[in-house]
Amino acid sequence: MRETFPFSAIAGQEEMKRALLIAAVDPSVGGVLAFGDRGTGKSTAVRALAALLPPMQAIAGCRYHCDPAQPDAACDECRAAGRSEATSARVPVVDLPLGATEDRVVGALDLERALVRGEKAFEPGLLARANRGFLYIDEVNLLEDHLVDLLIDVAASGENVVEREGLSVRHPARFVLVGSGNPEEGELRPQLLDRFGLSVEVRTPEDIATRILIVRRRDQFDRDPAGVAAEWRAAEDGLRDSIVAARSRIGGVEVPDDVLEDAAKLCLRLGTDGLRGELTLMRAARALAALSGADRVERAHVVQIAPSALRHRLRRDPLDDAVSTTRVSRAVEELFTA
Amino acid sequence: MSAAALLAVDPAGLGGAVLRGPPGPARDRWLDELRALLPHGVPFRRIPLGIGDDRLLGGLDLGATLLGHGVRAQRGVLAEADGGVVLLASAERLPAHTAASIAGALEAGEIRMERDGITRRDPARIAAILFDEGIGPDESVPPSLLDRLAFRLDPREPAPELEGDVLAARALLPRVSVPAELVEALCQTAAALGIDSLRAPLFALRAARAAAALAGRTMVDADDAALAGRLVLAPRATALPAPPPEPPPPEPDQAPSEDEPEPGAGTMDDIVLQAALAALPPDLLARLAGGGRDTRTGNQGRSGVLRRQGTRGRPAGVRPGDPRGGNRLALLDTIRAALPFQRLREHHGLALAIRPGDLRIVRRQPRTESTTIFLVDASGSQALGRLAEAKGAVQLLLADCYVRRDQVALIAFRGRTAELVLPPTRALARAKRSLAGLPGGGGTPLALGLDAGFALADSIRRRGGTPAIVVLTDGSANVGRDGQGGRPAAERDAEAAARQIRAAGYRALLVDSSMRPAPAARRIAEAMGGRYVPLPFAGASAISGLVRSGA
Repeated sequence: MRETFPFSAIAGQEEMKRALLIAAVDPSVGGVLAFGDRGTGKSTAVRALAALLPPMQAIAGCRYHCDPAQPDAACDECRAAGRSEATSARVPVVDLPLGATEDRVVGALDLERALVRGEKAFEPGLLARANRGFLYIDEVNLLEDHLVDLLIDVAASGENVVEREGLSVRHPARFVLVGSGNPEEGELRPQLLDRFGLSVEVRTPEDIATRILIVRRRDQFDRDPAGVAAEWRAAEDGLRDSIVAARSRIGGVEVPDDVLEDAAKLCLRLGTDGLRGELTLMRAARALAALSGADRVERAHVVQIAPSALRHRLRRDPLDDAVSTTRVSRAVEELFTA
Repeated sequence: MSAAALLAVDPAGLGGAVLRGPPGPARDRWLDELRALLPHGVPFRRIPLGIGDDRLLGGLDLGATLLGHGVRAQRGVLAEADGGVVLLASAERLPAHTAASIAGALEAGEIRMERDGITRRDPARIAAILFDEGIGPDESVPPSLLDRLAFRLDPREPAPELEGDVLAARALLPRVSVPAELVEALCQTAAALGIDSLRAPLFALRAARAAAALAGRTMVDADDAALAGRLVLAPRATALPAPPPEPPPPEPDQAPSEDEPEPGAGTMDDIVLQAALAALPPDLLARLAGGGRDTRTGNQGRSGVLRRQGTRGRPAGVRPGDPRGGNRLALLDTIRAALPFQRLREHHGLALAIRPGDLRIVRRQPRTESTTIFLVDASGSQALGRLAEAKGAVQLLLADCYVRRDQVALIAFRGRTAELVLPPTRALARAKRSLAGLPGGGGTPLALGLDAGFALADSIRRRGGTPAIVVLTDGSANVGRDGQGGRPAAERDAEAAARQIRAAGYRALLVDSSMRPAPAARRIAEAMGGRYVPLPFAGASAISGLVRSGA
């Protein structure tokens, strides 16, 4: 297998890295959108995350890698076959490449078996492969509209329903949606934007030392991937351990009433639509607290994650998206520093 | 040898080159040189503009599959060109999706295929050579693709001469190292020239390494770095460096770290920077010094995205239907639909028994994409009066376009010219920025403005879009088509220009921004066959409503 650039070796881009780690700790935060400048390592970070994620338990032989700990959520195949044997599996980080056809995304009739053996069988698609993992779409704003519609639907229901070619199949498809793109090449459909829990702005670092560091590390990796991987192995292991620790801690992380009130006030001040913003803000703050080893969520956690959790939920002045970050930080300042 | 030699040494690392300018002997020579320099047997594939995803990325090999060999995949052109070069002519007209797929291959060095029931990965370590014949600012190579090519050059201009043995250099390349201070120098130079993308210094680094290998050295020296600065960084410059090199800000609290430029690095920066500066195109310098925008530095929106299927809308999945009558048969889906019933059907000696009910056609989304062209009068009379108000009206209209997911374009006219300030784009934040930065003053070349609007509308319609023209003016034309002053001639020209809009049948709307409704403006609106709305009575939100209702 080709080495991937180590997550720990990514210089700068703290907000993006933080959002991805939060999604790794608590997938219910609901996806990460990384929008911004070209050449800032957005896809590098997602691929690095794939290598970083600790393995999961999955039912052996299941095409949707069902969770043995949750028999209620198992797929029809597992139920029918009464499968329960668990095995260790990699968390899937599935690429949805540009030019992917609908049959490969949702799954379709297995051509090979149909042609050669005359059998009617379902061949799962990318949504099945991404179940319990991550689905990554680079250039998400260039995705064909009919695929976007489909994703919006599945991301909301957690289930993929296939009715085509005489097949009628449903299977679990719960995944963390990760998208990246450059806003200069087109806006994202508001409905899809809404599906992302966290949205981060990726800017080219202006600080020259960071820029040099990034170029140097990238160059080093291109020339000696194995050497770089070895050099960062300890750091990667440490980070992986902290994800595992955060996952086991998160259930016990306390959310005090005054922090809940802070979050509510902030959302109220910003006029975010619906409760989803508040919920995401709290979940993300809790995951952040768990990651930093805290037992309770502090206001600082809320403040730190507020821009990512809220900037894409502000009542839209479509011409003002450049300053939504400023609006969030201003509201934070007004509310909490007085 | 020219920069083509560097590309021949490290094609996949450098990503390729965009060659600007019209077709001609200089371009042919450059290409011939590259072909001659590449080792024998390296693939060299020309990609036609209208290539479909099935050939670009690959897909099901229908022939083999239908012959009963089971499911066979066919690689696309990008994978077939692995280790070599792909060539794209008229790259400024490349559809956004094709460009994104090529950019993806350049980035990943492989093709991930998730198509037609097939999942596979194929290596695609390629370089792309793009011919950019774009003339107007609304025609340019998609920036995401441009960002992934090391070189941008005009083959008609003199280029540095390189010497060396490409084959030997290719063998030597993996062993070439770069001193830390040169890495820093290239990063510093990129920053000084206002280049944001970090791919630029990385490409410069690889170009320097290729240059060293070509010279038979295993260590990059200052000349290699200077050459890289000149070839890779200079064409990307968006700003002139501050005249005196900035002294590093004193940071007494901070211990010096290994990442900070070391003392003495300044001289190295200077060498690279000077080389890059020397290679800056002279008109860029003039434009930057004048504070103008360089409209070609790859920061603009796509011109009204040319989609694969031309005017008939984008494919949007498949549905059962009759392939006759102009619909396109979705063969693979048809076969899939027929397969489950093969055992039940009479075959009459055919491998596959297909019934009319199996037929599937490609569903298309009718092209509904419309583009609103704003023609804004930025002349002196307007500037004195109500440019600000007109800008406010346009902003409201922009918000409305966002809701409808329309594209917008902005043309400003004043003095003796009409300028395309913003090519058609959906990035409305940029539209707003361009609008805010719009200067006012000078005469009113209304005819030139209308002509420019008409030309743009025409090109949008030819690409399958639906244009609408919104003119904001006080109607007092005083500069004619020839750029000469004189009110009667100017008004005559303006009316003539307006009539061609009517003749072509474009939706049009004229917002009269004069203090009192002016007969001149009303005449122009009538000549365009569009509605006339005086601003004093309209108010910005009312105009927005008018545009929505179809003007």
